[in-house]
Amino acid sequence: MVATARGGGSAIVTLPADEQILITREFDAPRHLVYRAWTTPDLVRRWWAGKRGTMTGVEIDLRVGGRWRYVMTVNDGAELVFHGEFRDIVPDERIVTTEMLQMPGAPDSDEGAPVNTITFTEHDGRTTLTLLTQCENKELRDMILASGMEVGMQEQMDLLEELAISLR
Amino acid sequence: MAEPRRRQILDVLIGGERSVNELVELLGLAQPQVSKHLRVLRDVGLVEVREEGRQRLYRLNGQALKPVHDWVRKYERTWSERFDQLDAVLEELKSEEE
Repeated sequence: MVATARGGGSAIVTLPADEQILITREFDAPRHLVYRAWTTPDLVRRWWAGKRGTMTGVEIDLRVGGRWRYVMTVNDGAELVFHGEFRDIVPDERIVTTEMLQMPGAPDSDEGAPVNTITFTEHDGRTTLTLLTQCENKELRDMILASGMEVGMQEQMDLLEELAISLR
Repeated sequence: MAEPRRRQILDVLIGGERSVNELVELLGLAQPQVSKHLRVLRDVGLVEVREEGRQRLYRLNGQALKPVHDWVRKYERTWSERFDQLDAVLEELKSEEE
């Protein structure tokens, strides 16, 4: 099932396959700047939380096999930790990395983690960014979508329950 | 929704209301099979049916599918907010370069 929405300068999210989420967005800047904003800790701090909180920690070891770790304090005070390992890096062009949300009791290995492929394409000084999230299965994909990666556990469980019912 | 045929039926119904015969034709399945899948989809509330003359027409139950669409929209909103902030960072980087 494919769902799309478009607005002035807003991100477009589609579901190209059952295990995937694709985000597309155009930026009015050359790609080396978009890449820099994406990979420089002090710059990531300024945008990654959106309106949902503040970034209280950003570490990026930008090399293949290097790890990144983002800590976001959401507006209700809860702290969320996202982390992953870089699998492939082509400067200004492409980043491949795992991404996980750290949860108490959950395994901390990258085994089975979603893999994000971020591409930067420039034309006429503008950059199209695509972020493809490849999950191991549809259940994980739907969980990521449902959680928005950023809601509390309770809300997440409620959504999962809804999901389970809708797929019964 | 593990059964791929049922997903196919839902995909066809996204395009609009269909009779059993139309679904049989579009999916290349036997009629009893299609009817069986439709029964399951009705039981779980994903599909609704109405009578028109001698035909029974099937359509998606928009309410049941709402969660997935809501999630996509919400996910989109999260990322749009992020990217709006990123726009501001990029404006600054651009003026630094000039």
